[in-house]
Amino acid sequence: MWIFYVMLLFMIIACLIAVQTDNLLSSIICVGAVGAIGSLMFLFLYAPDIAITQIVVEVLALVVMVRVTISRDVTFISGDRELFGTVASIVIILIIFLGGIEVFRALPDFGVPVFSQFSNTASQTYISRGLQETGAANLVSSIILDFRGYDTLGEATVLFASVIGATVILRKETGKSMEVSR
Amino acid sequence: MKGMTIIVKTVGSWVKVLIFLFGIYIVLFGHLTPGGGFAGGVILACSYVLLLLAFGREFTEKNLSLGTASKIDCAGALLFIAIALAGFLYGSASFFYNFIQQQFLAGKDTALKLVSAGIIPLENIAIGLKVGASLFLVVLLLSVFRPEVSNNNKESKL
Repeated sequence: MWIFYVMLLFMIIACLIAVQTDNLLSSIICVGAVGAIGSLMFLFLYAPDIAITQIVVEVLALVVMVRVTISRDVTFISGDRELFGTVASIVIILIIFLGGIEVFRALPDFGVPVFSQFSNTASQTYISRGLQETGAANLVSSIILDFRGYDTLGEATVLFASVIGATVILRKETGKSMEVSR
Repeated sequence: MKGMTIIVKTVGSWVKVLIFLFGIYIVLFGHLTPGGGFAGGVILACSYVLLLLAFGREFTEKNLSLGTASKIDCAGALLFIAIALAGFLYGSASFFYNFIQQQFLAGKDTALKLVSAGIIPLENIAIGLKVGASLFLVVLLLSVFRPEVSNNNKESKL
């Protein structure tokens, strides 16, 4: 269990560096470190599917972000902090922190499968009948593509929307004069 | 827009094949081992992003142009929907009916074999095509439609 606390500490340190540093490239590399540690945590929680997806998407996003930032002039936003804004943000953070302590007391221990206490939940049905109904040895695959196929359909729709958004935002010409297939 | 140095090009031309092969493996064995369509598709896209970074934009567009990539994208999405709808032909009342497993492979012990699990490998392939082409398109679009800012850093140009 201690390894999760070590990893969380590293993640928090990397997040703080990413927020506070002046250099944009080192900030992005710190974000990549957060993703790598997150992938390791999934691996230690026995979720290799998520770990593979996380590390691969992280690598691609890191490459794209480094590629985008490395040759751009970036405008830094700076200014004096107002007293009221600082006090208000500190009070809000304190309220969320105090509420969070109560919430974390009510939660079960980290990594304990809550739904295994009951016999009729959806997860127990997937585990007991997944192999004979779908024939897939990888239960995660049988859930995301068979029992929960709609989720994957929505995921594909999100990707489609992201491609359309990239095309629309990044185009040079407007209207009919635009050439897409160059 | 010549891409990177000769060292990166030589290593990249070898490594891109291995990455592509690993992506195909992750997609095809998604129903047996960890992985699946999404992770495998991102790895397939990564191999082309490596090509884009190492060899430049023109070379990559000769290999896989914008039009072809968007066609692969749409083909993957349509294949996914077609497989989901095909269950209705076999007397299902619901979307995403695993008709191959229920009708043709029922009762046979096919666990842990490559040809098993009915429509799940086919859906993995569809999702892999869709995700790979989509992410490659996003990266390619980010480098095609560049705003015309005065750019002094010549090495990092694609």
